[in-house]
Amino acid sequence: MKTPVITIPGAWRRFRGNRSARAGLFLLGLLSILALGGLPFSIRWYNTQALDRAVRLPPAFEPSVPLDRFTETPETSPGRGASVAHRMTSWLGHDDLGRSLLFRLLLALLISLGIGLAAATLTVLIGTTWGAVAALVGGRLDFVLMRFVDVLYGLPYTLLIILMKVGLTRPVSSLLGFHQAATDMVILFTAIGSVSWLTMARVIRGQVLSLKSQPFVDAARAAGAGPGRILFRHLLPNLAGPIVVYATLAVPQAILQESFLSFLGIGIRPPIPSLGRLASEGVFAVNGYVSYWWLLLYPCGTLFLTLLALNFVGDGLRDAVDPKSTSALVV
Amino acid sequence: MIRRVARRLLFGLFTIFSVYTLTFLMVVALPGNPLQQGERTLSPEVAQALRARYNMDNNWLYYWQFLRGALRLDFGPTFTYTEWTCNQILASALPVSAVVGVLAILLAVGIGVPAGVVCAVGRNGFLDMGLMVMVLVGISLPSFVTGSLLLALFGVYLRWTPVGGWGTLAHLPLPVVTLSFPFMAAMVRLTRMSMLDTLSGEFVRTAVAKGAAPYAIISRHALKPAFLPVLTYLGPATAQAMTGSFIVEKIFCVPGLGQHFVNAALNRDAGLILGTVICFATMLVLFNLIVDILYSYLDPRVVGAV
Repeated sequence: MKTPVITIPGAWRRFRGNRSARAGLFLLGLLSILALGGLPFSIRWYNTQALDRAVRLPPAFEPSVPLDRFTETPETSPGRGASVAHRMTSWLGHDDLGRSLLFRLLLALLISLGIGLAAATLTVLIGTTWGAVAALVGGRLDFVLMRFVDVLYGLPYTLLIILMKVGLTRPVSSLLGFHQAATDMVILFTAIGSVSWLTMARVIRGQVLSLKSQPFVDAARAAGAGPGRILFRHLLPNLAGPIVVYATLAVPQAILQESFLSFLGIGIRPPIPSLGRLASEGVFAVNGYVSYWWLLLYPCGTLFLTLLALNFVGDGLRDAVDPKSTSALVV
Repeated sequence: MIRRVARRLLFGLFTIFSVYTLTFLMVVALPGNPLQQGERTLSPEVAQALRARYNMDNNWLYYWQFLRGALRLDFGPTFTYTEWTCNQILASALPVSAVVGVLAILLAVGIGVPAGVVCAVGRNGFLDMGLMVMVLVGISLPSFVTGSLLLALFGVYLRWTPVGGWGTLAHLPLPVVTLSFPFMAAMVRLTRMSMLDTLSGEFVRTAVAKGAAPYAIISRHALKPAFLPVLTYLGPATAQAMTGSFIVEKIFCVPGLGQHFVNAALNRDAGLILGTVICFATMLVLFNLIVDILYSYLDPRVVGAV
């Protein structure tokens, strides 16, 4: 298959012409601004408990001691920002420990986006290197590398992630000085990123193979360019399109994986929130007896909007970069 | 044809063997073992006896013994479920997962492929946009959320189905639908994409020029080649669906295989990990083979290729 040459202005024009892609980009920007702008507040109050506001999950008993004795509302330090934040705590309701859902959600959004981006970066790095090396070197190494990918496909994905996580826990936590939240995040994105590069490697290998046979590569080689120069100067710029598309679509995948691990209870440990954690906690907060619907609706809504925005942007990029492709689809 | 199948089979066996070896290496390399789980610490004598019984001190011996057993389809004991052998667990859980998985895949194909065709035919139209947004909704919700919502709606409020469990036909719909959502979404996208490709082909233009009815063009000329990428996707997807999903099983209390993948890994239960992994790899090889054979019937051009 001949790979069309993509120009950046052309791709940008096609991307901008795509209504859903534009909406996705706008939504993504909005969410990022919210998460980043809310960070000073959310990092401060995400774990502050106001026990009189706590919802009671079953089995719940009436407390024998009046709860307001334990109440610890957000400290109101001088300044207007603090009093605004104080009012904001109750905007989206409270969870079973009386913590403000709004601030937990803002921090969770940032953490999930961060894990998604980091995992996608790792995926792209491994996948591109693996695929490009296999295609460029060719021969026996190509065979071995791609058979290895085949074998990894034969391993169940969930098992691989869990084993990776188990294996990484001790070395990473000692490396990071036993800082719990940092350790959890690093382990999560490493585990997710290092098992999801298989499709990427296959796609990049195919692209490099088809690019390699084109005249401009022969011309470069005839002019005396070595393999490194051919890779970095001639092939990688042409690979930028599929790489960017895959990276964008890998982010929502990674966020979904993280929510799956959180549901299993092996994601980020409490009290640090992530979108998946909040959503899976919300699942248990809604039942036939009492339904604290906001604990399910807002996290799921946020997760959904984030993934939707990322998927819209990714799809838009794919259409912009590679208008008719079926190969780049099995994500 | 027979040579081709034989070659694929041989290669599949190699894949299963490699998967087994790789998993074994990972299990050995990871910290922790089943004896360290749980509340009680075992007395040294008991631990010693258990280690000896399960060959836990001699990895090499364990590797070969498990392999010898696996060749006779005997996956040995599990470490955490002392009353059960690996085979009994597989025998009780795999049929459950297989039923749910096959139904989910059938549902996904039955709805996803027609929907994809509709999208491609009315490209960028109202229906296409609507369906693609629905697909994105399907992709963007984790299955523990869709599952819980379905459960709350049909199990709790409407009381149409039991809220969980296994054994009667009424237990089937919710897990099947939940499991099929992501597959369905992928199927719609794939079908739409490859159908668009096919519809722009020259043979379709010829058919149009000859005056063939649109329905005939779509169903007889275009759908067959457009189905090929879907078929390729179906191989791994079926293997995955049939070996169960932890989330679906957990939400609907289905006694399937998916939970064992997760629990075995969390418990570091080497016997069960290896058993489930070999089971998955075998299914994958098998379904890829079936897809391959079907492929060559649908598309005679590929017979010469590997």
